[in-house]
This record gives sequence, structure tokens and C-alpha cells, in this order.
Amino acid sequence: MNSMTIRFGRMTMAAAAMALGLGTAVPGAFAKTFRWANAGDVSSMDPYYRNETFLLAFLENVYEPLVRRDKTLALEAALAVKWGQTSPTTWFFDLRPGVKFHDGSPFTADDVVFSLNRASTGGSNMKAYFASVKEVRKVSDLRVEVDTKYVDPLLASKWAAILIMSKAWAEKNNAAVASDATKNEENFATRNAMGTGGFIVKERKAGEKTILVPNPAWWDKPGHNLTEVVFTPIANPATRVAALKAGDIDMMYEVPPQDTDNLKRDANVAVIEGPETRIVYLGWDMERDELLESNIKGKNPFKDKRVREAFYRSIDVEAIKRSVMRGQAFPTALMVAPGINGYVKELDKRPTLLKSEDAKKLLADAGYPAGFEVGMDCPNDRYVNDEKICQAVVGMLARIGIKVNLLAQTRSKYFTKILRKPDSKPGETSFYMLGWSPAATYDVHNVFEALIQTPNATTKKGQFNVNGYSNAGLDALADKIEGEADTAKRNAMIFEATKLYVDDYAYIPLHQQAVIWASRKNVDLHQPADNRFPLRFVTVK
Amino acid sequence: MSLRDRIGRAADSDIWFSFKASPVTMVAAGLTAFIFLAALLAPLLAVQNPYDPASLNLSDAMKPPVFFGGDWSFPLGSDDQGRDLYSTILYGTRMSLFVGLCCVVVAMVIGITLGLVSGYVGGAVEAVIMRIADVQLTFPAILIALLIDGVVRGIISVKRHDEIAGFVIIVSISLSLWVQYARTVRGSVLVERNKEYVQAARVIGLSRWLIMIRHVLPNVMGPVMVIATINLGVAIITEATLSFLGVGLPATQPSLGTLIRIGNEYLNSGEWWITIFPGITLAALVLAVNMLGDWLRDALNPKLR
Repeated sequence: MNSMTIRFGRMTMAAAAMALGLGTAVPGAFAKTFRWANAGDVSSMDPYYRNETFLLAFLENVYEPLVRRDKTLALEAALAVKWGQTSPTTWFFDLRPGVKFHDGSPFTADDVVFSLNRASTGGSNMKAYFASVKEVRKVSDLRVEVDTKYVDPLLASKWAAILIMSKAWAEKNNAAVASDATKNEENFATRNAMGTGGFIVKERKAGEKTILVPNPAWWDKPGHNLTEVVFTPIANPATRVAALKAGDIDMMYEVPPQDTDNLKRDANVAVIEGPETRIVYLGWDMERDELLESNIKGKNPFKDKRVREAFYRSIDVEAIKRSVMRGQAFPTALMVAPGINGYVKELDKRPTLLKSEDAKKLLADAGYPAGFEVGMDCPNDRYVNDEKICQAVVGMLARIGIKVNLLAQTRSKYFTKILRKPDSKPGETSFYMLGWSPAATYDVHNVFEALIQTPNATTKKGQFNVNGYSNAGLDALADKIEGEADTAKRNAMIFEATKLYVDDYAYIPLHQQAVIWASRKNVDLHQPADNRFPLRFVTVK
Repeated sequence: MSLRDRIGRAADSDIWFSFKASPVTMVAAGLTAFIFLAALLAPLLAVQNPYDPASLNLSDAMKPPVFFGGDWSFPLGSDDQGRDLYSTILYGTRMSLFVGLCCVVVAMVIGITLGLVSGYVGGAVEAVIMRIADVQLTFPAILIALLIDGVVRGIISVKRHDEIAGFVIIVSISLSLWVQYARTVRGSVLVERNKEYVQAARVIGLSRWLIMIRHVLPNVMGPVMVIATINLGVAIITEATLSFLGVGLPATQPSLGTLIRIGNEYLNSGEWWITIFPGITLAALVLAVNMLGDWLRDALNPKLR
């Protein structure tokens, strides 16, 4: 519903198309090359490397899930033509016949079973989507059945995030086990891809550029008219804006808010904006008995609620919205955005800001009259103005006597450092920024299960609970929410669980960020509210 | 020699004469002195300590300079974190000058020592030192600085980066600049070592080290001073470039280069002052220092007299 399609007048397009035609070199008279850029590169070509929107969004053009999202974010058939439940705890997926991988080999149930197993084991970062799964089995070449441990009505929508790989290819190239991103592991699938999707990876130079070409044997009718797609990471936002204005790129993903007005004034550029379902928040290590990066030894200040409250109520999200985000953010007190099923409007009220004396008093009561020092991890190319937000937080906390040593680094290094290990061991951070969008299910349960429930290697819950926050009451509620079919009862439990983490100051939710893209006016594209960018809807005139 | 004699001798020298004869040099010297003084007195002149995050207020961010819609509390405007640009430039210049001077001193010490040794000792020692210098001369200084910086950052623990960033920068720039000193000193030593005064010193039995330091060194210092002055400009620019590339001084302790990098992100969005003012300061500083260096070279070069 938040999605939008843009179309523009013909005059400018003819001129732009001519310019583009001249700029494109060899591949035929009707070549439509589409060049786009983002702050950071796709971390890997392996679809289970990281449960990260940008990585999945990029790879969805190359690999495909069993069921995918259409323009309105509703589920539609992709590699499965029919799916459903044969019993409350058994799901079936009937696969699409005649589908071929990019190397021409046929797609069968073996590939599906292989992929689902690969995604739920080894170094895979997608394990959270398999918490309810007991067994995946092949029934015939075109049918797969799944047994779940308990009723899981959301299984199919969760698996819209699981992309299917070729079994034969992965095994031949020694990539049958997903590599562990937290150890910087690599295998053949890190730099190569073999999917069934509408685009084939023609060239991949990590950190430099990735070239995709359309898959001529694709089962679906392409909604695009492209002959080549070139993706380049351009770290500096000013350079990215300049490249778009000069026509060196056709589209930029995630425009810095400070440049939005300037781009809107450019007659050749269209700015596309909408609220995203992502919440950007701060978290801290509540698990270890001593923080990794702090001058306080022998105890962990974040285990004390007064310390968390002092932090929470000293961060002025309105100032961040105004000065850093230029108004392009929606401050929040919850870990889910409006529009997600299970958003509790009554609880979305941030407590008032504390005066610095009052915050200092809270810290003194907790036993830190002189404040303390803590390291903070932040990405510098993942979320909109991420590093600047962190710098602002450093300043706000300095006023209450907390010395924050900020380490802002590129997303791959940053994720590797802070995220939990595949065996559920905590990541190496004391205080961090992260963003989360329950983009697989659009339901709050995903947030409880992945971010807030106690981390547990066996149940696969809490995989992204970097805090190590643990609340038995919330755990029990979240488990019940998962299988509850009665909406009124479910909502009551959601309210209760939400109140638990809000009252605990378990996290510092900052804001829902706006998605701002910009493209040349001769490009027609589709922006879904989950900030994914399906190339299959891009046309260049 | 009394102080008065010394001043008298200095005032009577060729160098002072050529200084008085060149108005451009006098302006450059004045500008350099002004910038040095401003940097030295930064804590007194600044209205805010931009390196203390507690003194910043996000609601002051992006204020325009005073004649472009701003007010006198931020005469040159403010940056994205609410830092007063005027204060930040003072502190940034201080940082840049400090790093630049340290680089020159360290490079000079390494270069002179190696140059003296290789020129005076000769043989295998000279061959080794000069071949290393040759190899290093084939790379641009900035590349070497980047390389050293990258290696050091890989080795040290991540959380200490900010604390020792300045130190890493100084080491990496110094190591990329020593070659010029070593080559120049060695060349001069080769000329000087066969002169009569050195031979006389050797005859009366002075040790090699004493001859090198007490007799040869003072006679090769002229060209070294010229290189040092010009290198100050090079070191400042190299530091600014590294900081601009994001591997120099951290954003929490901005030098001029870091400020220009921060401002560069806003160049398209209308906040030109964040990058322009530090840019002008950097250009003025380096230009002034370079002009002084040029003058010194001409003044000390007997062929141009």
C-alpha cells in the first residue's frame, strides 16, 4: 500500500534515452543498461550469509524463494505453485515444473530440501526462520513436505526470505555448507551464484562492481526491458548524488536526507520516498558479567535498569530527527513500525527526556557517580546517516558523564563483530546500533522471536538478540503468540509482551527511517515498503 | 659572542637582506606566524572545545555563517554535529600543524642519521641504505603513508584506533619522507668528507662520530633546512589527504582534512561552509609555508646570488 510506481512525461525521456544509447557501448542497438549504486556493496553472493535486507533484496533477482512477494507485498507463487497445510503441523509445497537453473540443470525437490537444510545449519544466518521446523522431506520430484514441532501458521511467509540454490552446483563446488560470516569464512558460493531467478551474475568483483544479465530461460515473463544491470558501491553520499545528477548512474538506493531537496530540484531526477518498516535502535550487552569494552571491571552496568533508563532518557530522538535526519524519520518507542501486524499504538510513547543532573543522579544511584566509559559499534554504510546518529549519541551521553568510544565501520566488518555466532554465543560488542524490519512475515512475532526472546541455540530463537536480553515472562508469551489463532487473545498477549520490554528499557528504539530513492527520470521502477528493489519491475526508456 | 653581536650579525647577513627585499616572503612569513600563533592559542581564542562531545548540542547543527543568515554565536557556521566551525578550524589547524611538525622532525632525524652514516661510512652500509631509499623513491609518498597506516591499523586492536590515530599518522608520513633528507645529506657528506677541515680533524685523532656530528653535520644543514620547510607543507597536505580519505584523524577530533571530508558530504546539499572554510585555511597555511621554503632555497643557493 505504501508502494508506488512512477511514470513521467515522454519528452525528457526521448532525450535521455538517446543520451543513454550513445553512452552504452557494444551490446546491440536496443541495449538497456541499468546502472545503480548504493553506499555499500552486497556482502556476499551466498543467500544465507546474512539475514540482511539489502543482501536478500539484491540476491532475489538471482535466486528465488518458494513463495515471493508481489508489488503489494502479498505472497505469490514463485518456485512453488501451490502450498498449504495438510494437517496443523504439516506443510506442503508443490513445485513449479520445467524450471531450470542458470546452468540449464533442472530444478527439483532435491534442491529445495538441500537449500532448506543448508539455510538451517552450519554458518547460515537464516536459522531464525526454522525455529518451528522438525523435518523437511521430499515426497516426489515436485513436492516437498515439512513437519513442524508446533502449529506455525506463518511458515510460508517466513520462507519468502529463503532463496533456493542448486544442490548439484553447491556440492560440486564444495559449498554445501553455508560459510560463517562471523568468522569471515568464504566458500565458492560467496563470490558465485547459481539460482533460477530472472538475472544471472555475469561478473562479480567484490567491493567494485557486480554485473547482472537477464536470464533468457526464465520461467516468468520479465516485467523489465533491461539487457544488463551494473551495480556499483559508491561510499561517499556526495559522490553518489553527483553521479546521479551527471547521469553516470540511473538510480541511487538510499539517498542521504540532506540531499533530498537538492535532488528534487533537478529536472532529470525523480525522488521516490515512503516510510520503511525498519526500526533503527540502540542495544547493549546485558549478558556478560563484565563488559568487553568498558573501564568498569567485575560488573556489567547495563544489567542495572537505572543505567539503561539514564541512557534511554538522555537520547533526544527529536533532535536527531531534526538535525541529522532532516525530518525524514519517525521517532518511536517500539521495536516495530506502524503497519506491522502487532504494533501497539497505546505503548508507542517515549518517556520524557531527563535533565542531565537527573540522569547523572540515576547513574550515581546505580553506583556510577563519575559515569563510565564504554565502546560503541556502529555501521557507516548500512542505515540512513548511521554514523552521524551515533556521533550525536556520543555527544548526548557525554553530557551525563558517559564517555563513548565510537567505532564506526563498514557493514561487513561491523556485522561480523556484533552479531551472535551461529552457535548462539554473544557477539563482540558492548553498545551498538542496529536496524530491524520484520520483512519476512510483517508480524510482530518475528521481532519477538528474532530480537527479544532469550537466545537459544537449540530452539533457534533470539538469533539476533545481540543484547542477550532474557525475560522468562516474555519468552512464554512470545511462544504462545506464535500459535494463537484468536486475534483478540493474540493482541492482548502482544500488548503484555510489548509492555514488558518497554518497561524494562531493554532497547532504545530511535526511529522508523524513511526510504528515499532517486532515479533518472527515464527510469520506471517500483518501490515496495520493505525497501527491497526488485529489478524485474525496472524499465528504462 | 654577546647577544647584541649575534643580532647584529644576523641583521647583516645575506639571508636577512634577501628577506627584506622580498615583500611576498614577508607576507608569507606574516601569514605563517599568524596561523601558528592562532593554532597555539586555540584554547584561548575558541568559543567552544570541539573535541569535547559534551559541549556540543545537536540543535546547533548546520548553522550558516554570520553573513549568510547565521548569527555571531557561530561566526563561520557550524557542522553536522553542532561544532562551531571557527573553533573547530582553530583546533584542527593546531592538530594539522602538530602532526606536520612532528612528521618533519621525525623524518629529519631518521633521514639525517641514515644520510650521515651512509655518506661517511660508505661501502655495504651505504649500498643497503641507498637501495632502500631508491626503492622507496619509486612510490609516491602518499601511497607509502597509506600502506603503513593500513598495516598498523590491521595489527593494533580496533578500539585503540582513535587514541593512537595521530601517532600512526605521524609515523607513516615520517617514514614516507625520510628519503629526501637521507639522499641530500649523503650527497653533501660525500663532498664535505674530503675537505681539509675534515682531514685535519681526522689527523688530530677525533672519533668518526664526533667528526660526523660536530664538523660535517653543521655544514650540510643548509639544504636540510630548505627541505624541512618545504616538507612541512607536504606533511600537512599528506595528513589532510589521509584524513580526507577517512584513514587519518577521527571525526571526533577533526583535523583540517577530516573537516573537509565531513563537509564534502554536504557540498551538494547547500552547506558549503563546512568544507570551504577549512579548505581556505589549509590552502593558506600550505601556500605560506611553501613560499617561505622557496625563498629559503633561493637565499641559501649560492648560484642564484
